[in-house]
Amino acid sequence: MALTPDKLSAIAHLARLGVEPEDLAPLAADLSSVLVLVEQLQAIDTEAVEPMAHPASASLWLRDDEVTETDQRDTLQAPAPETQDGYFLVPRVIE
Amino acid sequence: MHDKTLAQQAAMLQNSRISSAELVAHYLERIDRYNPALNAYLQVDAEGAQAAASQADQARAAGNTGPLTGIPIAHKDIFCTKGIATTCGSKILENFKAPYNATVVDKLSDAGMVMLGKANMDEFAMGSSNENSYFGPVANPWQQDRVPGGSSGGSAALVAAQLASAATGTDTGGSIRQPAAFCGITGIKPTYGRVSRYGMIAFASSLDQGGPMARTAEDCALLLQAMSGHDVRDSTSSTTAVPDFSAELEAELSGLRIGLPTEYFGEGLDADIASHVQAALQELEKAGATLKSISLPNQQHCIPAYYVLAPAEASSNLSRFDGVRFGYRCKNPQNLEDLYTRTRGEGFGKEVKRRILIGTYALSEGYYDAYYLKAQKVRQLVSNDFSEAFKDVDVIAGPTTPTTAFKRDEKHGDPTSMYLNDLFTVSANLSGLPGISAPCGFSGGLPIGLQLVAPAYQEARLLNIAHRYQQLTDWHVQTPSGFE
Repeated sequence: MALTPDKLSAIAHLARLGVEPEDLAPLAADLSSVLVLVEQLQAIDTEAVEPMAHPASASLWLRDDEVTETDQRDTLQAPAPETQDGYFLVPRVIE
Repeated sequence: MHDKTLAQQAAMLQNSRISSAELVAHYLERIDRYNPALNAYLQVDAEGAQAAASQADQARAAGNTGPLTGIPIAHKDIFCTKGIATTCGSKILENFKAPYNATVVDKLSDAGMVMLGKANMDEFAMGSSNENSYFGPVANPWQQDRVPGGSSGGSAALVAAQLASAATGTDTGGSIRQPAAFCGITGIKPTYGRVSRYGMIAFASSLDQGGPMARTAEDCALLLQAMSGHDVRDSTSSTTAVPDFSAELEAELSGLRIGLPTEYFGEGLDADIASHVQAALQELEKAGATLKSISLPNQQHCIPAYYVLAPAEASSNLSRFDGVRFGYRCKNPQNLEDLYTRTRGEGFGKEVKRRILIGTYALSEGYYDAYYLKAQKVRQLVSNDFSEAFKDVDVIAGPTTPTTAFKRDEKHGDPTSMYLNDLFTVSANLSGLPGISAPCGFSGGLPIGLQLVAPAYQEARLLNIAHRYQQLTDWHVQTPSGFE
């Protein structure tokens, strides 16, 4: 099942992943070959099979409703490219 | 000292034949000499290591020690370390300084281990050859024009070249076991949930597991002991009790039933690998085990299922790398959209992009059922195969990899050919079961790995069998030429 460069462009947008125009066709070809590999899954009978999301088949456990986290904003924000007054800075979103 | 196993070094430290400071200085000198050719270490923290070594020696003088006190280790650069950068082999985290340590790092440091530095890896753990690192490929110490395997290629290479007593690795589709096989060392992927993933940068959350890589099963047992255990900060961490992995190392193998899947020993298997694995199995038979042919009917579906599930989970996990809160940010972003697309476009390497795109496609509207949901059902079938097989056998054995280490650039431009390296390893990740690789011979001077898979939480069984095998053979104590 071949992936066209147009389709790839749409997927790249979903992933907010920049792809150079000259890379669209080669990447689409790469991905198409992976899809060929993956296509064989279609032939498998999974009629009565439950999807397995997780090996542990455990459910998320609850903890006591106690405050255990402390304010570590400065430490946790230290790796950020741009901050101001505790906010992360990004280009203007609203025109 | 570098040619001794971790357990032997621990004894030498305990008997004051050497100090941790000496051991660390010795390794730092070897790293200086040998790392440029291998590129196994991305960073070396000489100062931090010397300080930790000194602390360990003082603790020993005060009678305060454990089996790992003062032993030098390298951490795969996927584990967050407060002191030095954690790059995940990626440009997008090139200068990232984690604000906290991974649980694995803390546990090993609490056990007195000394971190020498961070090991090179395929970018975001995606790869089987360590050719996908932004910081350059890693060379296999056995033949330097060949790959060490991946994604824990740096960890495997540095242990094989004896540039640390051990290393940590992670395994999502085989990334501990396959490089262990290619580099002639021992590596174990524990049961899913055995080792905390807190601070271990996520690739595929339902498949990732951290584990030890060292020269012997005995060494791995000591490391796994310190690494394992429930962690409240990892919601997928298991509360199953952690046994004493070293206690069972010497157990006799009589009565052990080893299953050999017909699907692993088919026509296409490399003749040399087949014969060495068969020879290893015969050793185990002589030691009391019985061999039994079994079937894992969905074995051929493992790779396709994995290459839907892992990229899908990766596409979700890697969405956090957006230039906002940490990591690389593109210059002069015009707007938010531009910030995201250019940061990620410029920051991620080719294989990472491929997998994010495949994953996004598999999860997108109209394709989710056909790909992602379907793969999850196949995952259940793979897991069922193991449950069925373990009704009749205690462990499942086979080759770790279909080939020995290939040459650098050999698989260039053919992603699916690279994916087939994981043929025998991904099923353990899909089913969450523990798997070990131990060296069982050489072909053309390149190491061959024997893989064993056990039911959930039976790492002790795997370590026991590998240890007994290592008492009967000496593949695991060979040194690559030039690294003596």
